Amino acid sequence: MRFFGRGHGACPGCGLAIAVRNILEALEGKCFVVNPTGCLEIISSQYGRNAWGVPYIHPLFDNAAAVACGISEALKVLGREDEGEVVVLAGDGATADIGLTLHGMFDRNHDVIYICLDNEAYQNTGHQQSALTPLGEATTTTPAGKLMLGKIGRKKDMVAIALAHGSPYVATSSAVLPADIRRKVKKAAKIEGAKYIQIHCPCVTGWGIDGKDVVKVGNLAIETALYPIVEFENGKLLTVRKVKERKPVEEYLKIQRRFRHLFTSPEGRKVIEEIQKIADENALRYGIDLKK
Amino acid sequence: MKIRLNIGAISEPLQSEQFKTGDWGTEWSFVDREKCTACRVCEQFCPDGCIEVKEIEGKEVAVVDHNYCKGCGVCASVCRYGAIKMELKELFKVDVC
Ligand SMILES: Cc1ncc(C[n+]2csc(CCOP(=O)(O)OP(=O)(O)O)c2C)c(N)n1
Ligand code: SF4
Ligand code: SF4
Ligand code: SF4
Ligand SMILES: [Mg+2]
Repeated sequence: MRFFGRGHGACPGCGLAIAVRNILEALEGKCFVVNPTGCLEIISSQYGRNAWGVPYIHPLFDNAAAVACGISEALKVLGREDEGEVVVLAGDGATADIGLTLHGMFDRNHDVIYICLDNEAYQNTGHQQSALTPLGEATTTTPAGKLMLGKIGRKKDMVAIALAHGSPYVATSSAVLPADIRRKVKKAAKIEGAKYIQIHCPCVTGWGIDGKDVVKVGNLAIETALYPIVEFENGKLLTVRKVKERKPVEEYLKIQRRFRHLFTSPEGRKVIEEIQKIADENALRYGIDLKK
Repeated sequence: MKIRLNIGAISEPLQSEQFKTGDWGTEWSFVDREKCTACRVCEQFCPDGCIEVKEIEGKEVAVVDHNYCKGCGVCASVCRYGAIKMELKELFKVDVC
């Protein structure tokens, strides 16, 4: 049985499609998917071209969490909770900017797995910055030029926001770690309440990478500590993906078109230093470096 | 009085399978059946779900469905046994003079 059909419209090598396939496999298709506007919706739900083999609803860009809460409560009232998990699959823009209504879901602790597919910009509309776009990334709304060197400021810390709400399960993962995705989704399914999982999803088109390098780029984000892979249960840090020998951030940045402007000027070099500082802070905060 | 309201559109499952994306790319992936250990790693990674381990002539091996393969190369990049090669489609094998 297929849960996500072939013939969908994602770009060749799309990280988000890898993540979605593994999420649905982990749940053995027993789920109700709520997917706001974004790449995933466009590639999978055009009328007459539906790629879903599981129940699916497309709400507005801004209300996926609210719709999911409604489905979750309705299933309870109808005594149908056993039929599957209510899962939000939302982009980073839908999660960290426009759909931040997910606070209500956390406040009332509805039984929902909220998954953010983080491709670090509004990719569906042509690569505009979101609150999860990293420092220095050139997007169409933060173009690299004389006055500006890409996005100003850091990624919004959605993990900390979910934890501040007292979410019972908060984790990050990556499309290049299918086994990790499956384990975390299965675990979240066993826990009652509003769970949050954020998955790093390399985007060939927006990031300017080749399909053949998707896995390499995804792994480098982890090996540089720019994307910490962590897991919290009831606010306590449970697991951290350790790194034996942390790589300098240049190795990650230099193979992606979205960061190439940083290598052509002394000002760009300064931004790279800032990005390295972020990686160092992440490593310290989560104890990512494996002690020798 | 009962009123039946249909809000939004309702679709049949897996309609996307009618759309053969195998003609998108310039390359296709090919599996070397001798080298393949049927570890299924490629299966988990293919964004398009078109490489799957199947039993062929009594042996489990990965098989690519070229009706859907977009030639992204993700599978070839994760196979630890070097069993997957990307090959240019015949159509694109042109001599440049
Ligand atoms: C309220 C509203 N504002 C703007 C849009 C236009 N829009 C559609 S998709 C999209 C970007 C989605 O970005 P993200 O959530 O990161 O998902 P991605 O496409 O990157 O996967 C935007 C701005 C919309 N549909 N609704
Ligand atoms: S633009 Fe990026 S996220 Fe969207 S389908 Fe293409 S690769 Fe996937
Ligand atoms: S990853 Fe390689 S060895 Fe494993 S099943 Fe695929 S082709 Fe075979
Ligand atoms: S090249 Fe891409 S689409 Fe084709 S089988 Fe490999 S991973 Fe799947
Ligand atoms: Mg996005």
